[in-house]
Amino acid sequence: MYDKMFPPKQIVLPSGKVVYQKRTRLPLIAVIVIAAVYYSVELTDFNLHKLVTRIGEFFVLIDAMIPPDWSSWHKMSTALLDTLQMSLLGSLLGSLLAVPFAIAASSNIVRSRIVVALFKTILSLLRTLPTLVTALIATFVFGLGPMAGVVAITLFTISYVGKLLYEQIENADMGPFEAMESLGMTRIQAFRNAVVPQVLPGYLSTSIFCFEGNVRYASILGLVGAGGIGLLIKEDIGWRDYPGVGMIILALVVTVYLIETVSEHIRKKLI
Amino acid sequence: MMTTVERQLLTSPRKIWYRLAITFIAIILIGWSVGAVSFKDVNQSGFQIAFNIVKGIVHPDLDLLFNVSKQSVPYLLVQTLAIAFLGTIVGGILSVPLAFLAASNVVPRPVAWLTRLLLIVIRTIPELVYGLMFIKVATGPLAGVLTIGIVSIGMLAKLYVDAIEELDVKVLESMTSIGCTTFEKIRYGIMPQLLSVFLSVTIYRFDMNMREASILGLVGAGGIGAPLIFAMNSYKWDQAGSILIGLVILILLIELVSNKMRARLVKG
Repeated sequence: MYDKMFPPKQIVLPSGKVVYQKRTRLPLIAVIVIAAVYYSVELTDFNLHKLVTRIGEFFVLIDAMIPPDWSSWHKMSTALLDTLQMSLLGSLLGSLLAVPFAIAASSNIVRSRIVVALFKTILSLLRTLPTLVTALIATFVFGLGPMAGVVAITLFTISYVGKLLYEQIENADMGPFEAMESLGMTRIQAFRNAVVPQVLPGYLSTSIFCFEGNVRYASILGLVGAGGIGLLIKEDIGWRDYPGVGMIILALVVTVYLIETVSEHIRKKLI
Repeated sequence: MMTTVERQLLTSPRKIWYRLAITFIAIILIGWSVGAVSFKDVNQSGFQIAFNIVKGIVHPDLDLLFNVSKQSVPYLLVQTLAIAFLGTIVGGILSVPLAFLAASNVVPRPVAWLTRLLLIVIRTIPELVYGLMFIKVATGPLAGVLTIGIVSIGMLAKLYVDAIEELDVKVLESMTSIGCTTFEKIRYGIMPQLLSVFLSVTIYRFDMNMREASILGLVGAGGIGAPLIFAMNSYKWDQAGSILIGLVILILLIELVSNKMRARLVKG
Protein backbone atom coordinates (compact mmCIF):
# COMPACT_ATOMS: atom_id res chain seq x y z
CA MET A 1 0.00 0.00 0.00
CA TYR A 2 2.85 2.34 0.85
CA ASP A 3 4.27 1.77 -2.64
CA LYS A 4 0.98 2.87 -4.23
CA MET A 5 0.88 6.15 -2.29
CA PHE A 6 4.49 6.94 -3.06
CA PRO A 7 5.36 5.30 -6.40
CA PRO A 8 8.92 3.94 -6.66
CA LYS A 9 11.50 6.20 -8.28
CA GLN A 10 12.37 5.28 -11.88
CA ILE A 11 16.02 5.12 -12.82
CA VAL A 12 17.02 4.68 -16.44
CA LEU A 13 20.32 2.84 -16.66
CA PRO A 14 22.83 3.80 -19.39
CA SER A 15 21.91 0.58 -21.17
CA GLY A 16 18.34 1.82 -21.52
CA LYS A 17 16.91 -0.57 -18.92
CA VAL A 18 14.46 0.90 -16.38
CA VAL A 19 14.79 -0.10 -12.72
CA TYR A 20 12.68 0.98 -9.75
CA GLN A 21 14.00 2.11 -6.42
CA LYS A 22 11.45 1.76 -3.63
CA ARG A 23 10.86 4.96 -1.66
CA THR A 24 12.28 4.90 1.83
CA ARG A 25 9.95 3.92 4.66
CA LEU A 26 11.80 6.19 7.05
CA PRO A 27 9.16 9.00 7.26
CA LEU A 28 6.40 6.51 8.08
CA ILE A 29 8.49 4.80 10.76
CA ALA A 30 9.56 8.16 12.17
CA VAL A 31 5.93 9.33 12.44
CA ILE A 32 4.91 6.12 14.22
CA VAL A 33 7.82 6.30 16.66
CA ILE A 34 7.26 9.99 17.42
CA ALA A 35 3.55 9.40 18.03
CA ALA A 36 4.36 6.46 20.32
CA VAL A 37 6.88 8.53 22.26
CA TYR A 38 4.36 11.38 22.60
CA TYR A 39 1.63 9.14 24.01
CA SER A 40 4.09 7.32 26.27
CA VAL A 41 5.22 10.64 27.70
CA GLU A 42 1.59 11.55 28.37
CA LEU A 43 0.83 8.22 30.02
CA THR A 44 3.88 8.06 32.24
CA ASP A 45 3.94 11.74 33.34
CA PHE A 46 7.45 11.95 31.96
CA ASN A 47 8.61 15.39 33.00
CA LEU A 48 12.07 16.52 32.00
CA HIS A 49 12.12 19.47 34.37
CA LYS A 50 11.28 17.28 37.36
CA LEU A 51 13.81 14.73 36.21
CA VAL A 52 16.66 17.24 35.95
CA THR A 53 15.91 18.83 39.32
CA ARG A 54 15.40 15.56 41.18
CA ILE A 55 17.94 13.23 39.60
CA GLY A 56 20.53 14.48 42.11
CA GLU A 57 18.67 12.50 44.79
CA PHE A 58 19.71 9.30 43.05
CA PHE A 59 23.38 10.17 43.32
CA VAL A 60 22.89 11.25 46.93
CA LEU A 61 21.60 7.71 47.55
CA ILE A 62 24.57 6.15 45.81
CA ASP A 63 26.89 8.45 47.76
CA ALA A 64 25.28 7.27 51.01
CA MET A 65 26.05 3.65 50.04
CA ILE A 66 29.79 4.36 49.89
CA PRO A 67 31.59 3.16 51.92
CA PRO A 68 29.55 0.01 52.54
CA ASP A 69 28.83 -1.17 56.06
CA TRP A 70 31.33 -4.01 56.45
CA SER A 71 29.94 -5.07 59.82
CA SER A 72 26.66 -6.21 58.24
CA TRP A 73 28.60 -8.92 56.41
CA HIS A 74 27.70 -11.66 58.86
CA LYS A 75 23.95 -11.04 58.77
CA MET A 76 24.05 -10.80 55.01
CA SER A 77 26.17 -13.82 54.18
CA THR A 78 23.52 -16.32 55.37
CA ALA A 79 20.89 -14.62 53.21
CA LEU A 80 23.26 -14.62 50.26
CA LEU A 81 23.95 -18.34 50.71
CA ASP A 82 20.19 -18.94 50.90
CA THR A 83 19.82 -17.12 47.59
CA LEU A 84 22.52 -19.24 45.97
CA GLN A 85 21.00 -22.42 47.39
CA MET A 86 17.58 -21.51 46.02
CA SER A 87 18.84 -20.71 42.57
CA LEU A 88 21.04 -23.81 42.39
CA LEU A 89 18.27 -26.19 43.39
CA GLY A 90 15.70 -24.41 41.22
CA SER A 91 17.99 -24.50 38.19
CA LEU A 92 18.80 -28.16 38.78
CA LEU A 93 15.18 -29.30 39.17
CA GLY A 94 14.07 -27.02 36.35
CA SER A 95 16.63 -28.23 33.85
CA LEU A 96 15.89 -31.87 34.69
CA LEU A 97 12.13 -31.37 34.38
CA ALA A 98 12.65 -29.43 31.15
CA VAL A 99 13.85 -32.58 29.38
CA PRO A 100 10.49 -34.42 29.18
CA PHE A 101 8.74 -31.17 28.27
CA ALA A 102 11.24 -30.43 25.52
CA ILE A 103 11.03 -33.95 24.08
CA ALA A 104 7.25 -33.81 24.07
CA ALA A 105 7.41 -30.45 22.27
CA SER A 106 9.79 -31.47 19.47
CA SER A 107 7.95 -32.14 16.26
CA ASN A 108 10.57 -34.53 14.88
CA ILE A 109 10.38 -36.93 17.85
CA VAL A 110 6.72 -36.91 18.79
CA ARG A 111 4.46 -37.73 15.88
CA SER A 112 1.21 -36.40 17.30
CA ARG A 113 0.83 -32.76 16.29
CA ILE A 114 -1.67 -32.09 19.07
CA VAL A 115 0.79 -33.13 21.80
CA VAL A 116 3.53 -30.99 20.25
CA ALA A 117 1.30 -27.92 20.02
CA LEU A 118 0.04 -28.46 23.57
CA PHE A 119 3.52 -28.65 25.11
CA LYS A 120 4.78 -25.71 23.06
CA THR A 121 1.86 -23.63 24.37
CA ILE A 122 2.53 -24.71 27.95
CA LEU A 123 6.18 -23.71 27.64
CA SER A 124 5.42 -20.29 26.14
CA LEU A 125 2.71 -19.57 28.73
CA LEU A 126 5.14 -20.45 31.53
CA ARG A 127 7.73 -18.17 29.97
CA THR A 128 5.32 -15.24 29.85
CA LEU A 129 4.53 -15.21 33.56
CA PRO A 130 7.00 -12.91 35.32
CA THR A 131 9.10 -14.85 37.87
CA LEU A 132 8.02 -12.53 40.65
CA VAL A 133 4.35 -13.29 40.03
CA THR A 134 5.04 -17.03 40.06
CA ALA A 135 6.97 -16.54 43.30
CA LEU A 136 4.08 -14.64 44.85
CA ILE A 137 1.64 -17.41 43.93
CA ALA A 138 4.13 -19.96 45.29
CA THR A 139 4.30 -18.16 48.64
CA PHE A 140 0.55 -18.62 48.99
CA VAL A 141 0.81 -22.33 48.30
CA PHE A 142 4.15 -23.29 49.90
CA GLY A 143 4.30 -20.69 52.65
CA LEU A 144 6.83 -17.90 53.07
CA GLY A 145 10.47 -18.91 52.69
CA PRO A 146 13.00 -20.32 50.25
CA MET A 147 10.72 -23.17 49.13
CA ALA A 148 8.48 -20.73 47.25
CA GLY A 149 11.54 -19.25 45.60
CA VAL A 150 12.72 -22.69 44.53
CA VAL A 151 9.34 -23.41 42.93
CA ALA A 152 9.31 -20.09 41.06
CA ILE A 153 12.85 -20.57 39.76
CA THR A 154 12.11 -24.17 38.78
CA LEU A 155 9.10 -23.10 36.71
CA PHE A 156 11.04 -20.35 34.98
CA THR A 157 13.96 -22.69 34.24
CA ILE A 158 11.62 -25.31 32.75
CA SER A 159 10.22 -22.75 30.34
CA TYR A 160 13.58 -21.28 29.36
CA VAL A 161 15.68 -24.44 29.08
CA GLY A 162 12.71 -26.32 27.63
CA LYS A 163 12.31 -23.87 24.77
CA LEU A 164 15.98 -23.81 23.83
CA LEU A 165 16.23 -27.60 24.16
CA TYR A 166 13.31 -28.37 21.85
CA GLU A 167 14.75 -25.97 19.30
CA GLN A 168 18.03 -27.87 19.47
CA ILE A 169 16.31 -31.24 19.18
CA GLU A 170 14.34 -30.04 16.18
CA ASN A 171 17.53 -28.77 14.54
CA ALA A 172 19.45 -31.98 15.24
CA ASP A 173 20.64 -34.05 12.29
CA MET A 174 18.09 -36.86 11.99
CA GLY A 175 20.22 -38.97 9.63
CA PRO A 176 21.86 -41.10 12.37
CA PHE A 177 18.46 -41.53 14.04
CA GLU A 178 16.91 -42.98 10.89
CA ALA A 179 19.97 -45.15 10.25
CA MET A 180 19.76 -46.62 13.74
CA GLU A 181 16.04 -47.23 13.45
CA SER A 182 16.60 -49.04 10.16
CA LEU A 183 19.18 -51.25 11.93
CA GLY A 184 16.41 -52.40 14.25
CA MET A 185 16.88 -50.19 17.30
CA THR A 186 13.82 -49.01 19.12
CA ARG A 187 12.98 -45.31 18.95
CA ILE A 188 14.21 -44.79 22.50
CA GLN A 189 17.55 -46.47 21.78
CA ALA A 190 17.94 -44.48 18.60
CA PHE A 191 17.13 -41.25 20.45
CA ARG A 192 19.65 -42.10 23.16
CA ASN A 193 22.45 -42.83 20.71
CA ALA A 194 21.72 -40.43 17.87
CA VAL A 195 20.05 -37.30 19.23
CA VAL A 196 21.34 -37.09 22.81
CA PRO A 197 25.04 -36.75 21.88
CA GLN A 198 24.12 -33.92 19.52
CA VAL A 199 22.10 -31.86 22.00
CA LEU A 200 23.86 -32.67 25.29
CA PRO A 201 26.61 -29.98 25.19
CA GLY A 202 24.07 -27.36 24.19
CA TYR A 203 21.67 -28.46 26.91
CA LEU A 204 24.31 -28.33 29.64
CA SER A 205 25.50 -24.95 28.45
CA THR A 206 21.96 -23.50 28.45
CA SER A 207 21.31 -24.90 31.91
CA ILE A 208 24.46 -23.32 33.31
CA PHE A 209 23.65 -20.03 31.60
CA CYS A 210 20.17 -20.17 33.07
CA PHE A 211 21.62 -20.75 36.54
CA GLU A 212 23.69 -17.62 36.08
CA GLY A 213 20.57 -15.60 35.33
CA ASN A 214 18.62 -17.28 38.13
CA VAL A 215 21.05 -15.97 40.75
CA ARG A 216 20.01 -12.49 39.70
CA TYR A 217 16.31 -13.34 39.80
CA ALA A 218 16.65 -15.11 43.14
CA SER A 219 18.12 -12.00 44.70
CA ILE A 220 14.85 -10.10 44.24
CA LEU A 221 12.41 -12.89 45.08
CA GLY A 222 12.74 -12.04 48.77
CA LEU A 223 10.73 -8.88 48.10
CA VAL A 224 7.56 -10.98 47.94
CA GLY A 225 8.65 -13.17 50.84
CA ALA A 226 10.13 -16.03 48.85
CA GLY A 227 13.41 -16.21 50.74
CA GLY A 228 16.90 -14.99 50.03
CA ILE A 229 18.58 -11.63 50.10
CA GLY A 230 15.71 -9.61 48.60
CA LEU A 231 13.98 -9.22 51.95
CA LEU A 232 17.14 -7.74 53.44
CA ILE A 233 17.39 -5.22 50.58
CA LYS A 234 13.81 -4.15 51.14
CA GLU A 235 14.29 -3.78 54.89
CA ASP A 236 17.54 -1.85 54.57
CA ILE A 237 16.08 0.59 52.05
CA GLY A 238 12.95 0.95 54.20
CA TRP A 239 15.03 1.82 57.27
CA ARG A 240 17.30 4.07 55.18
CA ASP A 241 20.31 1.93 56.13
CA TYR A 242 22.09 2.81 52.90
CA PRO A 243 25.60 1.59 53.86
CA GLY A 244 23.95 -1.81 54.46
CA VAL A 245 22.39 -1.71 50.99
CA GLY A 246 25.79 -0.80 49.58
CA MET A 247 27.30 -3.87 51.23
CA ILE A 248 24.58 -6.13 49.81
CA ILE A 249 25.02 -4.69 46.32
CA LEU A 250 28.79 -5.08 46.54
CA ALA A 251 28.46 -8.70 47.65
CA LEU A 252 25.94 -9.39 44.87
CA VAL A 253 28.15 -7.83 42.22
CA VAL A 254 31.16 -9.89 43.33
CA THR A 255 29.15 -13.14 43.55
CA VAL A 256 27.45 -12.70 40.21
CA TYR A 257 30.74 -11.75 38.58
CA LEU A 258 32.44 -14.88 39.98
CA ILE A 259 29.60 -17.14 38.86
CA GLU A 260 29.60 -15.50 35.43
CA THR A 261 33.33 -16.09 35.02
CA VAL A 262 33.13 -19.74 36.07
CA SER A 263 30.08 -20.41 33.91
CA GLU A 264 31.68 -18.73 30.89
CA HIS A 265 34.76 -20.92 31.35
CA ILE A 266 32.67 -24.11 31.58
CA ARG A 267 30.50 -23.16 28.63
CA LYS A 268 33.53 -22.45 26.46
CA LYS A 269 34.83 -25.94 27.25
CA LEU A 270 31.49 -27.53 26.46
CA ILE A 271 31.06 -26.16 22.97
CA MET B 1 47.36 -57.46 17.07
CA MET B 2 45.55 -54.25 17.79
CA THR B 3 43.24 -52.60 15.35
CA THR B 4 43.55 -48.90 14.64
CA VAL B 5 40.37 -48.25 16.56
CA GLU B 6 41.71 -49.90 19.71
CA ARG B 7 45.01 -48.04 19.44
CA GLN B 8 43.18 -44.76 19.10
CA LEU B 9 41.07 -45.61 22.13
CA LEU B 10 44.11 -46.37 24.27
CA THR B 11 45.95 -43.20 23.29
CA SER B 12 43.04 -40.96 24.12
CA PRO B 13 43.84 -38.81 27.18
CA ARG B 14 42.78 -40.20 30.55
CA LYS B 15 40.58 -37.67 32.27
CA ILE B 16 39.30 -39.91 35.03
CA TRP B 17 40.56 -37.76 37.92
CA TYR B 18 39.29 -34.61 36.27
CA ARG B 19 35.89 -36.17 35.78
CA LEU B 20 35.78 -37.60 39.30
CA ALA B 21 36.59 -34.19 40.72
CA ILE B 22 33.85 -32.51 38.68
CA THR B 23 31.33 -35.19 39.71
CA PHE B 24 32.35 -34.84 43.34
CA ILE B 25 31.93 -31.05 43.30
CA ALA B 26 28.58 -31.37 41.55
CA ILE B 27 27.30 -33.92 44.10
CA ILE B 28 28.41 -31.75 47.03
CA LEU B 29 26.68 -28.70 45.54
CA ILE B 30 23.49 -30.63 44.85
CA GLY B 31 23.46 -32.15 48.32
CA TRP B 32 23.93 -28.72 49.84
CA SER B 33 21.17 -27.14 47.75
CA VAL B 34 18.59 -29.75 48.72
CA GLY B 35 18.60 -28.05 52.13
CA ALA B 36 16.28 -25.41 50.65
CA VAL B 37 13.45 -27.92 50.38
CA SER B 38 10.93 -27.83 53.15
CA PHE B 39 7.34 -28.87 53.06
CA LYS B 40 6.54 -27.92 56.63
CA ASP B 41 4.51 -24.87 55.60
CA VAL B 42 2.44 -26.72 53.03
CA ASN B 43 -0.97 -27.46 54.40
CA GLN B 44 -4.56 -27.87 53.39
CA SER B 45 -5.11 -24.14 52.87
CA GLY B 46 -2.21 -24.08 50.41
CA PHE B 47 -3.98 -26.46 48.09
CA GLN B 48 -7.25 -24.61 48.64
CA ILE B 49 -5.52 -21.41 47.50
CA ALA B 50 -3.96 -23.11 44.49
CA PHE B 51 -7.43 -24.31 43.53
CA ASN B 52 -8.85 -20.80 44.01
CA ILE B 53 -6.16 -19.30 41.78
CA VAL B 54 -7.01 -21.69 38.98
CA LYS B 55 -10.69 -20.94 39.51
CA GLY B 56 -9.97 -17.19 39.32
CA ILE B 57 -8.09 -17.55 36.05
CA VAL B 58 -10.88 -19.61 34.54
CA HIS B 59 -13.56 -17.18 35.78
CA PRO B 60 -11.93 -13.77 35.36
CA ASP B 61 -13.53 -10.49 36.34
CA LEU B 62 -14.82 -9.60 32.88
CA ASP B 63 -15.91 -6.11 33.84
CA LEU B 64 -12.34 -5.22 34.88
CA LEU B 65 -10.99 -6.79 31.71
CA PHE B 66 -13.10 -4.79 29.27
CA ASN B 67 -14.08 -1.37 30.65
CA VAL B 68 -11.93 1.67 29.95
CA SER B 69 -11.61 3.57 33.23
CA LYS B 70 -8.26 4.43 34.81
CA GLN B 71 -8.28 1.29 36.97
CA SER B 72 -9.16 -1.12 34.19
CA VAL B 73 -6.88 -3.75 32.74
CA PRO B 74 -6.57 -2.18 29.25
CA TYR B 75 -5.54 1.23 30.63
CA LEU B 76 -2.96 -0.30 32.96
CA LEU B 77 -1.60 -2.52 30.21
CA VAL B 78 -1.15 0.48 27.92
CA GLN B 79 0.60 2.31 30.75
CA THR B 80 2.92 -0.66 31.27
CA LEU B 81 3.60 -0.70 27.54
CA ALA B 82 4.37 3.02 27.63
CA ILE B 83 6.80 2.56 30.54
CA ALA B 84 8.59 -0.24 28.71
CA PHE B 85 8.70 1.72 25.43
CA LEU B 86 9.98 4.98 26.88
CA GLY B 87 12.40 3.13 29.14
CA THR B 88 13.82 1.24 26.16
CA ILE B 89 14.29 4.49 24.24
CA VAL B 90 15.99 6.21 27.20
CA GLY B 91 18.21 3.15 27.74
CA GLY B 92 18.99 2.81 24.04
CA ILE B 93 20.06 6.45 23.70
CA LEU B 94 22.23 6.36 26.83
CA SER B 95 23.82 3.05 25.78
CA VAL B 96 25.31 4.36 22.51
CA PRO B 97 27.99 6.65 24.03
CA LEU B 98 28.74 4.09 26.76
CA ALA B 99 29.16 1.37 24.15
CA PHE B 100 31.65 3.46 22.15
CA LEU B 101 33.54 4.19 25.36
CA ALA B 102 33.74 0.47 26.12
CA ALA B 103 34.86 -0.67 22.66
CA SER B 104 38.55 -1.52 22.71
CA ASN B 105 38.98 -0.63 19.04
CA VAL B 106 37.71 2.94 19.57
CA VAL B 107 39.18 4.15 22.87
CA PRO B 108 42.41 3.27 24.74
CA ARG B 109 42.37 0.06 26.75
CA PRO B 110 42.15 1.49 30.31
CA VAL B 111 39.11 3.60 29.37
CA ALA B 112 37.41 0.62 27.76
CA TRP B 113 38.17 -1.54 30.77
CA LEU B 114 36.78 1.02 33.24
CA THR B 115 33.58 1.48 31.23
CA ARG B 116 33.15 -2.28 31.09
CA LEU B 117 33.49 -2.50 34.86
CA LEU B 118 30.81 0.18 35.21
CA LEU B 119 28.55 -1.78 32.84
CA ILE B 120 29.02 -4.98 34.86
CA VAL B 121 28.02 -3.15 38.05
CA ILE B 122 24.98 -1.61 36.34
CA ARG B 123 23.96 -5.00 34.99
CA THR B 124 24.28 -6.89 38.26
CA ILE B 125 22.15 -4.70 40.50
CA PRO B 126 18.66 -6.20 40.43
CA GLU B 127 15.95 -4.22 38.69
CA LEU B 128 13.76 -3.82 41.76
CA VAL B 129 16.64 -2.29 43.72
CA TYR B 130 16.81 0.47 41.11
CA GLY B 131 13.04 0.72 41.40
CA LEU B 132 13.27 1.20 45.17
CA MET B 133 15.96 3.85 44.67
CA PHE B 134 14.21 5.77 41.88
CA ILE B 135 11.04 5.88 43.93
CA LYS B 136 12.89 8.40 46.08
CA VAL B 137 13.60 10.51 42.97
CA ALA B 138 10.19 10.49 41.37
CA THR B 139 6.91 8.76 42.08
CA GLY B 140 4.81 6.52 39.92
CA PRO B 141 5.38 5.68 36.26
CA LEU B 142 8.30 8.10 35.86
CA ALA B 143 10.32 6.02 38.34
CA GLY B 144 9.40 2.99 36.25
CA VAL B 145 10.72 4.62 33.08
CA LEU B 146 14.01 5.47 34.77
CA THR B 147 14.35 1.95 36.16
CA ILE B 148 13.68 0.30 32.83
CA GLY B 149 16.08 2.76 31.22
CA ILE B 150 18.97 1.92 33.50
CA VAL B 151 18.48 -1.86 33.47
CA SER B 152 18.34 -1.73 29.68
CA ILE B 153 21.72 0.00 29.56
CA GLY B 154 23.46 -3.01 31.10
CA MET B 155 22.45 -5.42 28.37
CA LEU B 156 22.13 -3.04 25.40
CA ALA B 157 25.57 -1.47 25.86
CA LYS B 158 27.18 -4.91 26.13
CA LEU B 159 25.61 -6.12 22.88
CA TYR B 160 26.31 -2.78 21.15
CA VAL B 161 29.97 -3.15 22.11
CA ASP B 162 30.11 -6.57 20.45
CA ALA B 163 28.71 -5.04 17.24
CA ILE B 164 31.17 -2.13 17.32
CA GLU B 165 34.14 -4.42 17.89
CA GLU B 166 33.15 -6.55 14.91
CA LEU B 167 33.07 -3.52 12.57
CA ASP B 168 34.62 -4.21 9.18
CA VAL B 169 37.34 -1.54 8.95
CA LYS B 170 38.34 -2.46 5.39
CA VAL B 171 35.32 -0.52 4.14
CA LEU B 172 36.56 2.58 5.95
CA GLU B 173 40.06 2.21 4.51
CA SER B 174 38.75 1.96 0.99
CA MET B 175 36.54 4.99 1.58
CA THR B 176 39.57 6.96 2.77
CA SER B 177 41.44 5.90 -0.34
CA ILE B 178 38.74 7.30 -2.63
CA GLY B 179 38.69 10.56 -0.66
CA CYS B 180 35.58 10.43 1.54
CA THR B 181 35.24 12.93 4.39
CA THR B 182 34.87 11.78 8.00
CA PHE B 183 31.15 12.49 7.92
CA GLU B 184 30.69 10.44 4.75
CA LYS B 185 32.68 7.62 6.29
CA ILE B 186 30.39 7.56 9.31
CA ARG B 187 27.21 7.85 7.24
CA TYR B 188 28.04 5.28 4.55
CA GLY B 189 30.71 3.14 6.19
CA ILE B 190 29.74 2.75 9.84
CA MET B 191 26.00 3.44 10.08
CA PRO B 192 24.86 0.68 7.70
CA GLN B 193 26.91 -1.87 9.61
CA LEU B 194 25.72 -0.87 13.07
CA LEU B 195 22.17 0.37 12.64
CA SER B 196 20.45 -2.94 11.93
CA VAL B 197 22.23 -4.73 14.77
CA PHE B 198 21.48 -1.89 17.20
CA LEU B 199 17.82 -1.83 16.20
CA SER B 200 17.45 -5.58 16.40
CA VAL B 201 19.01 -5.72 19.86
CA THR B 202 16.90 -2.79 21.05
CA ILE B 203 13.67 -4.38 19.85
CA TYR B 204 14.63 -7.60 21.64
CA ARG B 205 15.28 -5.63 24.81
CA PHE B 206 11.87 -3.95 24.47
CA ASP B 207 10.33 -7.39 24.43
CA MET B 208 12.16 -8.22 27.68
CA ASN B 209 11.34 -4.84 29.23
CA MET B 210 7.64 -5.58 28.82
CA ARG B 211 8.06 -8.40 31.35
CA GLU B 212 10.22 -6.32 33.65
CA ALA B 213 7.78 -3.39 33.57
CA SER B 214 4.92 -5.65 34.57
CA ILE B 215 6.45 -6.27 38.01
CA LEU B 216 7.66 -2.73 38.75
CA GLY B 217 4.34 -1.92 40.35
CA LEU B 218 5.44 -4.05 43.29
CA VAL B 219 7.66 -1.21 44.51
CA GLY B 220 5.19 1.49 43.45
CA ALA B 221 6.80 2.39 40.13
CA GLY B 222 3.65 2.34 38.03
CA GLY B 223 2.24 -0.17 35.60
CA ILE B 224 0.06 -3.20 36.10
CA GLY B 225 2.15 -4.81 38.85
CA ALA B 226 0.60 -2.91 41.76
CA PRO B 227 -3.07 -3.84 41.09
CA LEU B 228 -1.99 -7.43 40.53
CA ILE B 229 -0.23 -7.62 43.88
CA PHE B 230 -3.13 -5.88 45.64
CA ALA B 231 -5.64 -8.27 44.10
CA MET B 232 -3.58 -11.27 45.17
CA ASN B 233 -2.90 -10.07 48.68
CA SER B 234 -6.60 -9.48 49.23
CA TYR B 235 -7.43 -12.92 47.75
CA LYS B 236 -9.49 -11.45 44.88
CA TRP B 237 -8.51 -14.20 42.49
CA ASP B 238 -11.02 -13.25 39.80
CA GLN B 239 -9.41 -9.81 39.48
CA ALA B 240 -5.91 -11.30 39.59
CA GLY B 241 -7.05 -13.75 36.93
CA SER B 242 -8.24 -11.04 34.56
CA ILE B 243 -5.03 -9.04 35.02
CA LEU B 244 -2.90 -12.14 34.38
CA ILE B 245 -4.86 -13.02 31.26
CA GLY B 246 -4.44 -9.49 29.88
CA LEU B 247 -0.75 -9.50 30.71
CA VAL B 248 -0.06 -12.88 29.11
CA ILE B 249 -1.89 -11.93 25.91
CA LEU B 250 -0.05 -8.60 25.63
CA ILE B 251 3.37 -10.15 26.26
CA LEU B 252 2.75 -12.90 23.71
CA LEU B 253 1.62 -10.30 21.14
CA ILE B 254 4.71 -8.15 21.71
CA GLU B 255 6.93 -11.20 21.40
CA LEU B 256 5.30 -12.13 18.11
CA VAL B 257 5.64 -8.61 16.65
CA SER B 258 9.22 -8.22 17.86
CA ASN B 259 10.25 -11.58 16.38
CA LYS B 260 8.72 -10.58 13.01
CA MET B 261 10.44 -7.20 13.03
CA ARG B 262 13.81 -8.66 13.96
CA ALA B 263 13.55 -11.35 11.29
CA ARG B 264 12.97 -8.61 8.68
CA LEU B 265 15.86 -6.52 10.01
CA VAL B 266 18.27 -9.43 9.83
CA LYS B 267 17.20 -10.30 6.28
CA GLY B 268 17.70 -6.63 5.34
